[in-house]
Amino acid sequence: MVRKLKPLVFLACLLPLGNLAWKGLRDELGANPIEVITHSTGLWTLIFLLLTLTVTPARKLLGLPELIRFRRMLGLFAFFYVCLHFVTYIWLDKFFDLHDMAKDVVKRPFITVGFTGFVLLIPLAVTSTRKMIQRLGGKRWQWLHRLIYLSAIAGVVHFYWLVKRDETLPLTYGGILVVLLGYRVIARLPSLVSRPQPNGPPLASPVSGVGRDSS
Amino acid sequence: MLLKKTPDALAGEVTDKKFYLNRRKFMLAAAGVGAAALTGDKLYRLLSPSELVRAGTKLDTAKKADFAGGEKETPYKDVTSYNNFYEFGTDKYSPSGEAPKYLHPRPWTVAVEGLVKKPKTYDIDSLLKLFPLEERIYRHRCVEGWSMVIPWLGFPLGSFIQQLQPASQAKFVEFTTLYDPKQMPGQTSSVLDWPYVEGLRLDEALNPLVLLAVGLYGEALPNQNGAPIRLVVPWKYGFKSIKSVVKIKFVESQPATTWNKAGPNEYGFYSNVNPEVDHPRWSQARERRIGELLKRKTLMFNGYGDQVASLYSGMDLRKNF
Repeated sequence: MVRKLKPLVFLACLLPLGNLAWKGLRDELGANPIEVITHSTGLWTLIFLLLTLTVTPARKLLGLPELIRFRRMLGLFAFFYVCLHFVTYIWLDKFFDLHDMAKDVVKRPFITVGFTGFVLLIPLAVTSTRKMIQRLGGKRWQWLHRLIYLSAIAGVVHFYWLVKRDETLPLTYGGILVVLLGYRVIARLPSLVSRPQPNGPPLASPVSGVGRDSS
Repeated sequence: MLLKKTPDALAGEVTDKKFYLNRRKFMLAAAGVGAAALTGDKLYRLLSPSELVRAGTKLDTAKKADFAGGEKETPYKDVTSYNNFYEFGTDKYSPSGEAPKYLHPRPWTVAVEGLVKKPKTYDIDSLLKLFPLEERIYRHRCVEGWSMVIPWLGFPLGSFIQQLQPASQAKFVEFTTLYDPKQMPGQTSSVLDWPYVEGLRLDEALNPLVLLAVGLYGEALPNQNGAPIRLVVPWKYGFKSIKSVVKIKFVESQPATTWNKAGPNEYGFYSNVNPEVDHPRWSQARERRIGELLKRKTLMFNGYGDQVASLYSGMDLRKNF
């Protein structure tokens, strides 16, 4: 089932890019296509981060542990879109002027926080292979990959700080993130109090999950 | 030094051609059928004054002047589809869809109030007859960091003010946009404090560059561009150029303006285009000219320093941003 669905989900994840490319080729991106591309890739980064963070609660609440097999793909798509977002910025906004970029990162809080969110995702993408999980060991790998929480928070703050006035959308994504992170806090509470499972936290078990996934 | 010429546009020729084709198409559409095309809109004016000057109606102009140093005009399609007009939605693509559906630029009145010898409410069509229309090509710089070159049609606000004879106590001019959530559905949201208000110091308002615009590209203003009448202040960020004006009031003290109220540390009362004073969240040193790939340097006073710098001599423009 999962095996069959995976290619479909993969293709679906490419739709936002396909849509941009299609509209771009037909000159339908409006008066300021670069702005549209920047906003769209940024938005999809955030959506994929939130989808990645939805996997664990969905597995538990829906009783569908096999959903874990989609998590790495969703996370890597978040990284894929953030790379596009960053390339758009460094190329079409900064024209590879690294000095200018560095000034931006230091001076503009919304860029500082967005850049941080991007950098935090790099080690996660690098260590997403089965080999890397084995090399790091499950527990350390799991700790490392909690960086996604910070990255998602950074993403929401980046979005919130950049809009001029209408904060509806960033607040919506912020709300979803609060729910997703809140679930994790609440799910951990009983284990903190009574420690019923000596084998580790009841949350995601990425080692077995991802391992099985890639076998 | 501040007024050095901008480098020539780097964009390709493709846009150019498209722009001319577009323009021709719109001109043709505007000219309409048969007799109208031959007799011009003078006949229209006589037959049905209230039907005159809706978007697409061709307007007569007495004078034409290029105030953008020969820079290429931004295509009509882009000027009329990429608009900040929060009364019709907070993104820039909504107004061109929403404004034509809701806003009725006729009948329309503009009230002149406050410290003035001749307060009066003007019907838009009689106001249009007071002064000959001029075409002026201006650079237009948005506070968000993009810009356009737009051939406006209108008359100098200064000529109008001189006729109105403001009292000596009048130091500022306050402009107000229509408030009618039925015509401007965005006003049902509380994203800004409605109605939209903007203001100029009286000497700024009298500067000959300031235009009361009623058209662009030779035609009446499309609704999304601020029909039927709007302000154009080319050396200030775009939001100062208030749209769909219903009231002009002469006052003694500095008016509370909409964006300034929304973000006092981000949008100053003056909001002169200034590459050296950044918006707290982004640089104003460069801008993306719509239709161009590379960003270009932003000019002090948007390139109009010769005409306006003296208005601010002795002022700290960092403080009075």
